[in-house]
Amino acid sequence: MTKQVRQLERVVIRFAGDSGDGMQLTGDRFTSETAQLGNDISTLPNFPAEIRAPAGTLPGVSSFQVHFADYDILTPGDAPNVLVAMNPAALKANLTDLPRGADIIVNTDEFTRRNLAKVGYASSPLDDDTLDGYAVHPVALTSMTIGALAELDVSKKDAERAKNMFALGLLSWMYSRPHESTLRFLERKFAKRPELVAANVAAFKAGWNFGETTEDFAVRYEVKPAKMPPGTYRNITGNTALSLGLVAAGVRSGLPVFLGAYPITPASDILHELSRHKRLGVTTMQAEDEIAAIGAALGASYGGALGITTTSGPGVALKGETISLAVALELPLVIVDVQRAGPSTGMPTKTEQADLNMALFGRHGEAPVAVIAPKSPSDCFHAALEAARIALTYRTPVILLSDNYVANGSEPWLLPEVDSLPDLRVEFATTPNGEDGTTFLPYLRDPQTLARPWAVPGTPGLEHRIGGLEKADRTGDISYDPANHDFMVRTRAARIETIPVPDVEVEDPDGDARVLVLGWGSTYGPIGAACRALRQRGLPVAQAHLRHLAPMPANLGAVLRSYDRVVIPEMNLGQLAHVIRGRYLVDAIGYNQVRGLPFTAAELETMLEEVLKNV
Amino acid sequence: MSEPVALKLTAKDFKSDQEVRWCPGCGDYAILAAVQQFMPELNIPRENIVFVSGIGCSSRFPYYMNTYGMHSIHGRAPAIATGLSVSRPDLSVWVVTGDGDALSIGGNHLIHALRRNVDLKILLFNNQIYGLTKGQYSPTSEVGKITKSTPAGSADAPFNPLSLALGAEATFVGRTIDSDRKHLQSVLRAAAEHSGSAFVEIYQNCNIFNDGAFEQLKEPSTRDDHLIRLEHGQPITFGKDGQFCVVHPPGGFGLEVRETASTPAEEIVVHDATVDDPAYAFALSRLPGFDLRNTPIGVFRSVCRPSYDSVVQGQLADAKATVSETPEQQLAGLLNGGDTWTIVG
Repeated sequence: MTKQVRQLERVVIRFAGDSGDGMQLTGDRFTSETAQLGNDISTLPNFPAEIRAPAGTLPGVSSFQVHFADYDILTPGDAPNVLVAMNPAALKANLTDLPRGADIIVNTDEFTRRNLAKVGYASSPLDDDTLDGYAVHPVALTSMTIGALAELDVSKKDAERAKNMFALGLLSWMYSRPHESTLRFLERKFAKRPELVAANVAAFKAGWNFGETTEDFAVRYEVKPAKMPPGTYRNITGNTALSLGLVAAGVRSGLPVFLGAYPITPASDILHELSRHKRLGVTTMQAEDEIAAIGAALGASYGGALGITTTSGPGVALKGETISLAVALELPLVIVDVQRAGPSTGMPTKTEQADLNMALFGRHGEAPVAVIAPKSPSDCFHAALEAARIALTYRTPVILLSDNYVANGSEPWLLPEVDSLPDLRVEFATTPNGEDGTTFLPYLRDPQTLARPWAVPGTPGLEHRIGGLEKADRTGDISYDPANHDFMVRTRAARIETIPVPDVEVEDPDGDARVLVLGWGSTYGPIGAACRALRQRGLPVAQAHLRHLAPMPANLGAVLRSYDRVVIPEMNLGQLAHVIRGRYLVDAIGYNQVRGLPFTAAELETMLEEVLKNV
Repeated sequence: MSEPVALKLTAKDFKSDQEVRWCPGCGDYAILAAVQQFMPELNIPRENIVFVSGIGCSSRFPYYMNTYGMHSIHGRAPAIATGLSVSRPDLSVWVVTGDGDALSIGGNHLIHALRRNVDLKILLFNNQIYGLTKGQYSPTSEVGKITKSTPAGSADAPFNPLSLALGAEATFVGRTIDSDRKHLQSVLRAAAEHSGSAFVEIYQNCNIFNDGAFEQLKEPSTRDDHLIRLEHGQPITFGKDGQFCVVHPPGGFGLEVRETASTPAEEIVVHDATVDDPAYAFALSRLPGFDLRNTPIGVFRSVCRPSYDSVVQGQLADAKATVSETPEQQLAGLLNGGDTWTIVG
């Protein structure tokens, strides 16, 4: 049977199932196939904090959304065009996000009376009017998978578990994805159990062939490659990109990297990744607690390493005292905060931008640090290098504010040439710097950077003592002198405030916008998509995005004042807006939501349209 | 390897230019002098020695040593020193802490440094009181201690620091006294020679807030009846004329003190700090009563176990030995890892 082939510009697919159904893996593989094809991609995993919530329940639903297009895209998509629902819970949990007309592929085998009852369906939504207006494709995924594997030597349980590959095969056929990389992946993944390679490959092929033969799927789709800058790409998550950025910082500085970390969602993957790079001189220490993790990192920095600690909000709260010590010691230190929804344990697997206040102000005393935030998964690589650059050059703690959305989301990454990465080499102090030629003054500053010398233990003639007590300028001796303390507090503030950071760039293609949308961190994608949509409708709007939150770009005040209205969308209750209003006396409007999910481009578009009407 | 060159350092070389600011009469002075006098024995260049401390009176110590030093934050010295030691195995790293710093706010870091066996020499100055905050009871103060914060007497039982260290898998545990310079230095010597964590409790007198806490161990008329001087390979006897001894009564778990005269010589325990089972050192640590009678000093335990530093450095060395590429080439390979695709312009 020859099937009709239809061209699409963009598609959003959401794979949803039980936590144990392998939806993250399925999504990952589909993404990888799509990347091979050259589409632009953005992904959004969404999973429960529970490792295995009770099977078939709403809290146990895990999903993975992938948006791919033949042009450059900025978000994982507001609403799926296609939902793959592996059970009734997955259908119920995701249906409200689906616009009418969307395709729903359901695994009918799981729509048993018991499973329906678990999620409160009195009758099967496949039989009543629940799904009216949707294009429903009932597929007996489980039984067809088991049937396809009947000849193979695998248990029924293993056969059943391969149903996600059947689903992947079907979707790969529907969207004309290349499947070679998935077959190679399965061979690698199950290298030690050849029977599972055979089972999963067979399930994948069965799904593919089912698509090709069944009449239920009359149309096959194609999405042409996107026009992207030439080069070599890989699909990458924020946490992996951030890890590689830290490894790269070690290579480009020539310093050993030392990571002190305590496991915490959603930052643990950085610890896992960095623990694999001992060949490049990366030491990782899983500490007894968050405080020890940063303490060890600071100790390593003192010894001349690039000290790093990675955590999420609750961990940063515990590390505050040590960050303050690092401010006083004026040593390099990178603190990565992969933000999650708080307060307290909050929603550990959901995203939020609510640690900005803590990063900027959350320490005792006047304890300023540099703060930067990546805007997308691949940008985490460059943000990590930038954090290391500032830490090493200015001898200061730097807080890198990632969040769950960029950490676990993925996008294609144009791989940089190693030679093009910033040169982070540092000079340790080796000789006395006092005027008499014999004295060492640990707090004599470089007039340009205001950084003090980094004199590491083992350097003869520079023996000195540092500590948390206030120090006299130049000598570093303990000092309770009022004027000295005032001077040191102001100098520590100036150290951060005078770090040169690039000007903020404004995207206002026609130069006629009167409203500026200012964002920071992971909201870049949704804000950008909303602005594009408005411009396409002839509504001018300008976008500016802050990477550096401390210090802020020198031109920011002028940029803000050149617009009639400034709107600041944030996944918090207005933390950046508060800073901007206080610092620049600009009457910025906040747009805030804290649902644990990223903004949709559509809601921002609607909000901005209202603002534009009233300017 | 060639013979190390004798550095010919003296105690004076280890004195910094900072004015020492403990209260007159504080036991810390004696410890500082003993350490400064001992340091040249190590024959380690001053620049390769680092003292890291937390917060408290004892934690001012690094300022007075003409080595590298860091006065850090309350309780965290073992954590900070761990990061330094594991990343710089060429350094000799010493932690100076107190009973509040190490056992209260920093208890967690202490036990984890010990179980990891980080190559740190940890000197815990135990004066059984909070001195810097002016006289609250500490985690080693006796039950019922009346202080500013416990006018009706403290309600909580104290830690036995050596029992705690042994429970935390410490490979070296010793105890000494601030006023006995010779003994203090002998324990420092043994600690310095130990590979891995060495935990040394130093009884230290706070003459302002807890004066005389260890007086029975110092006063010439009582000390011999109270102190048990442990010597490796020697039967454990004490008292002016060795009239007391330590035995391991059959059927019991612990050690007990007996009169030597009525005890068969073969029943007297011969001290062996290298016994692998920590139960022996633990039993020694339980001998003293609250009146300090039967207080052993010296090296309780000294056993071999690979240090955390050596294991970590070994893993790094093994990993590095597998590669011939430059770091830049390795990084390029790493960035290009996984599924990549190329778009031709």
